[in-house]
Amino acid sequence: MNIHEYQAKQIFAQYGVPTPRGIVANTPDEAVKAAEELGGNIWVVKAQIHAGGRGLGGGVKLAKSIDEVRTLADEILGMTLVTHQTGPEGKLVQKVYIEEGADIKDELYLGVVLDRAKEMPVIMASTEGGMEIEKVAEETPEKIVKVAVDPAIGFQGFHGRELVFGLGITDKQEQRKFIDFASKLYKVYMDKDAEMIEINPLIKTGSGDFLALDGKMGFDDSALYRHPELEEMRDISEEDPDEREAAQYGLSYIALDGEIGCMVNGAGLAMGTMDTINYMGGTPANFLDVGGKANAETVAKGFEIILKNPNVKAIFVNIFGGIVRCDRIANGILEATKMVDVNVPVVVRLDGTNAAEAAEILKNANIDNVIPATDLGDGAKKAVEAAKGA
Amino acid sequence: MSILINKDTKVIVQGFTGGEGTFHAEQCMAYGTNIVGGVTPNKGGQEHLGKPVFNTVKEAVEATGATVSMVFVPPAFVADAVMEAADAGIELAVIITEGAPVRDMQAAKAYAVKHGMMTIGPNCPGIITAEECKIGIMPGNIFKKGNVGLISKSGTLTYEGANQVCNEGYGITTAVGIGGDPIIGLSYKQLLPMFEEDPETEAIVMIGEIGGDLEIQAAKFIKENITKPVVAFIAGQTAPKGKRMGHAGAIVSGSAGTAKEKMDALEAAGVKVVVSPAEIGKAVKEVLSK
Repeated sequence: MNIHEYQAKQIFAQYGVPTPRGIVANTPDEAVKAAEELGGNIWVVKAQIHAGGRGLGGGVKLAKSIDEVRTLADEILGMTLVTHQTGPEGKLVQKVYIEEGADIKDELYLGVVLDRAKEMPVIMASTEGGMEIEKVAEETPEKIVKVAVDPAIGFQGFHGRELVFGLGITDKQEQRKFIDFASKLYKVYMDKDAEMIEINPLIKTGSGDFLALDGKMGFDDSALYRHPELEEMRDISEEDPDEREAAQYGLSYIALDGEIGCMVNGAGLAMGTMDTINYMGGTPANFLDVGGKANAETVAKGFEIILKNPNVKAIFVNIFGGIVRCDRIANGILEATKMVDVNVPVVVRLDGTNAAEAAEILKNANIDNVIPATDLGDGAKKAVEAAKGA
Repeated sequence: MSILINKDTKVIVQGFTGGEGTFHAEQCMAYGTNIVGGVTPNKGGQEHLGKPVFNTVKEAVEATGATVSMVFVPPAFVADAVMEAADAGIELAVIITEGAPVRDMQAAKAYAVKHGMMTIGPNCPGIITAEECKIGIMPGNIFKKGNVGLISKSGTLTYEGANQVCNEGYGITTAVGIGGDPIIGLSYKQLLPMFEEDPETEAIVMIGEIGGDLEIQAAKFIKENITKPVVAFIAGQTAPKGKRMGHAGAIVSGSAGTAKEKMDALEAAGVKVVVSPAEIGKAVKEVLSK
């Protein structure tokens, strides 16, 4: 799960990670009120969406008067912001964050993620703030300092020293402030079961203070059960409604832009099925893992969600039954054809536990547009042919 | 021969009396697995599926001499269970549980390593030595005894791969589902040398997926250390960037962890890489008939 910048900054504030002051607003009126409350004579109006690159897309603007705050908030609220992370369809802006202007001397980068090879969190810092960190990693990897922290010992002094010397921070006051900043951010990462935290840019002000000018956080979904305070921050409007609906039925669904709908058990086999369709000259319309507890209802729901996509010309059901029993899936397909108007050819490959019973069920039902397949390759081939014939 | 487990392996089940634990322990016993007991706190002294239940892993190990534990404990308590197993001197914990918090598994794995306990999983189908011992949730009947070792991040692709190998007239020595979470126990790099040393294994199938760099590490290792033929498939060539494909670890972030990057590395290491999982069986036949 991801959260908005303003929410990340609320969490930072709770841990003493310094940020500029700011207030979130849903309307231009609220934006004006927020600016007045913050005071000063310069403000930043920032679109709140779950994607990076907001500045380049026109979603972050500077206001030099209260009137300008109103104009900019009016302009940004309700706009569809397209950035390199939103995809071409963009994202609707429903909230803006009004923040006090900051005196920027330097822009840095600071992040915490899991290093899967070392199996511990790694703090990443760079003097190249404000740029995409992937780009920095590609072009000037020497400008990224990486310090892995073993949770068994926690953030120690030497971790901090490696960071500040790596970044070339020589002033002792600034060293102390940066180390304090990084150690608090590490604590946020651990306490909140974060998957990643990214501050880009983290700024140094004219007076040598460090401030989180941006804040991005994602959390480990498996740990959300012990963080009701994070669950409250969930913004449903940021999630794909079909993916969300699927999740309520224990289905893992991701829409893609091809023509063949896929319904598979297991994430790996689901990806492998998409790859096989591609290999046979077709294009997958979605990733869909029915999981280990599939029954008639979930299969029917899967069909419904797949068929919402108007590009779908054929469906490939590929099940290798282990815990999932094939006869249940077969009954699900029958059920689905009663509940949903399945108006495209459905290629069905059921193998593994109770596959023979399943084949019998489907044969007896005698549904016109169900095409049986013997194995994965055969099924993918038939699905590609069916989509082309449609 | 086989790796890690065989018909003599003494196995206990943590989370023995729960729904999942009961169902799968029963299936494993029917397959021939030597399950010698189980652990459920506060149910010590009872009997379940004809086997003794213990309050702690320590008691279970002392009473039964078990060396392997199959873990079905719910996600919130799984790290605790794994650490308990390590502390009690278990040699291998097979963690089936899905949805364990990453932070917990990080700590549990570090503790297991410190105590010399190997782990498999979490969020995996387990491990099976064909026709001898099944510790996990896979459909045992598709694993015929043979000469091919299998390592896979994905559960259903383990079945798919094993089934194809058997349909080509070969069989499986041991198949290990290592799981697709960000932090897992034994991986390709630790399992490959075990198959290399196993006299019965003549070829190895490795099935990977997008995300992380375990397959890249495996490629380096194969190049330098593995003489037996290896067939590989990497799932997720058609997966878009930044979208998590089911498994918590299956995500391409930035330019790292793509299927292509992994396939290229494996190919450069002399591995027979297939573009579709439907080709695994044929590829095994090809490398074994050389």
